[in-house]
Amino acid sequence: MTAAAPPLLTVEHLTMRFGGLVAINDLSFTARQRQITAIIGPNGAGKTTVFNCLTGFYKPSVGRLTLTPPNNGGCFLLERMEGFRIAKDAGVARTFQNIRLFAGMSVLENLVVAQHNRLMRASAYSVAGLLGLNRYTRAERQAVELARYWLDRIELTGQADWAAGNLPYGSQRRLEIARAMCTEPCLLCLDEPAAGLNPRESAQLNELLLDIRGQHGIGLLLIEHDMSVVMQISDHVVVLDHGAPIAEGTPDMVSNDPAVIRAYLGAAEGEALPPDVAGGLPTAPPC
Amino acid sequence: MLKDALAAAVVAALLALPLLGFRLADSQQGLSLDYRFAWVGYAAAAVFIGRLGMAFAAAAFSRVFQRKRQTLLPLAGRPSRNRKIVGWLLVAAALLLPLAPFADRNLIDKATLLLIYVMLGWGLNIVVGLAGLLDLGYVAFYAVGAYSYALLSQTFGLSFWLCLPFAGALAACFGILLGFPVLRLRGDYLAIVTLGFGEIVRVVLLNWESLTNGPNGISGIQRPSFFGLPFLAAAPGRTTFHEFFGLPFSPGQRIIFLYYVILVLALATNLFTLRIRRLPIGRAWEALREDETACRSLGINPTRTKLSAFALGAMFAGFAGSFFATRQGFISPESFTFIESAIILAIVVLGGMGSQIGIVLAAILLVGLPEWFRDLQQYRMLAFGGAMVLIMLWRPRGLLASREPTIRLAADALEAAPQTAGEAAR
Repeated sequence: MTAAAPPLLTVEHLTMRFGGLVAINDLSFTARQRQITAIIGPNGAGKTTVFNCLTGFYKPSVGRLTLTPPNNGGCFLLERMEGFRIAKDAGVARTFQNIRLFAGMSVLENLVVAQHNRLMRASAYSVAGLLGLNRYTRAERQAVELARYWLDRIELTGQADWAAGNLPYGSQRRLEIARAMCTEPCLLCLDEPAAGLNPRESAQLNELLLDIRGQHGIGLLLIEHDMSVVMQISDHVVVLDHGAPIAEGTPDMVSNDPAVIRAYLGAAEGEALPPDVAGGLPTAPPC
Repeated sequence: MLKDALAAAVVAALLALPLLGFRLADSQQGLSLDYRFAWVGYAAAAVFIGRLGMAFAAAAFSRVFQRKRQTLLPLAGRPSRNRKIVGWLLVAAALLLPLAPFADRNLIDKATLLLIYVMLGWGLNIVVGLAGLLDLGYVAFYAVGAYSYALLSQTFGLSFWLCLPFAGALAACFGILLGFPVLRLRGDYLAIVTLGFGEIVRVVLLNWESLTNGPNGISGIQRPSFFGLPFLAAAPGRTTFHEFFGLPFSPGQRIIFLYYVILVLALATNLFTLRIRRLPIGRAWEALREDETACRSLGINPTRTKLSAFALGAMFAGFAGSFFATRQGFISPESFTFIESAIILAIVVLGGMGSQIGIVLAAILLVGLPEWFRDLQQYRMLAFGGAMVLIMLWRPRGLLASREPTIRLAADALEAAPQTAGEAAR
């Protein structure tokens, strides 16, 4: 991946205040097309708040978030859009730190719901669907095919009719990623996708994410604590501490940055040290 | 087990002591206190034995119950045929009911009332069962439908069939009107606001005398006709139903006709719900019930989705309301009190949120049985309350709580990808 790839998401001077608390303070970075950009930082650094600003759950206090989708010339100013429009029109999909599947619905339904807007248009806002017209049944078949493709990718085809809440934890994580991909986004935001996965599962996850980047040509934005994931797959890393950006660059650059090392060792509370960081220090205190 | 039963008995005795133990009796010196400690003993003994019996039953049936709990989850490649068969049998029974030899006027009348509640239950099911919006003021839309038919027919002389879509549309507008302020609310808070809305509509109907005739209600509402043929003994200048078909006149004809009208309306509601559940909007409702935040992250417009659920649910209440008005011939705000909303909601919850047949069964239990057991007089409501408690103990998630997926992967696709044993076991 070359650094010259065109920008997909440009974050400029993003600040988010909750009353007197400054959760994010003047953050700027660029996520490029066909790249995996990771946001890391100790607990409470404001990573999830960045996501919530990006996906419209919060309105940023200050700052501009520009999304430039690759295929059309226009751009979207995300900070001015309503939450659901960011997913619908701008094509930003996300997953959640605590998995938010539709637990009572089947795995397949979860993937079909994600294609809501296309199916709504095809069903002429339910009229064609109620009448059982051809154009709707065709669209539904296509939706199932897309769902089927993702089911095969995440190896859940056999469990397609299971209630999503009954799946094992690792499968739920993968299903949530597949559901986000079914919206056919141009930017996929993953909030700690490797949390709670065992080493084998997180290796699978790495593969899946690299595949998504390679085959679907979309940009990925990643929040992660698991350094084996971050260091292996990301092209670009942004490090936050107490809401402020402290370092930015390639994984190697970041892991040797003294500011990053200080942030992790100073604020660490149950926080795993990046292996490279721990190895690079003469006397790493255990935390 | 014994300890638990004893504890329950003690609690029962403590409760029964003030309730049953003392009694005011008339005596020569005026009022005096009577003691009935034996009754307290009976109550405690009954609770003790009952509790013990329940514990034994639970132990004996625990295996059965465990198996049941597992089947609640939709398993791969097993569409339930039974429920479909039960559904068709119910439809056939409903269609043939007026022809049955035991079907007298009274029975058909009660069946009509029952079907109104079934239809209301199905309508509310869209809002509560599918979209998960707890609505305690559903009766308001029922009232809007009833009054709009009554007023339209009295003011403009429009026929029932012409007014029906108007009444539905008006009720849907009220649904949207209610929907707007409560968009941000969930769960309990939503229930409180909808409860208030239901009362507002009733109070307006009660006090807007110039329009609604206040507490006196509207009487002499036009009865429906059979494609223009009225059900009357004689109509000057018009052919009546019995003259046209060469039948002897009988007031039962109108009763049976009304029964079929509500049957058709209710079945239309059912068909609509079953269909829309399989459409994107229906899936979006269910997704909204499961997780609104996730819905928004997938680009589903929560405002539009919620409002459509409110509007469509209200529309069916409007249809049912105009039918109610034409059947009764008289409506007043008395008919649209909170208890009606509560009963309709109880039907939906008891039936198992989102289950169509469950709602029919629950309506039979909640509306049908109390009607049929009027002979029990004052014990009727006691039996009603007791039955509800028992059902909720036996089936805490409603009578038919399991959910069918709205879409399944084709069978061949499933066979091609056998379930991995490790995944299935975990």
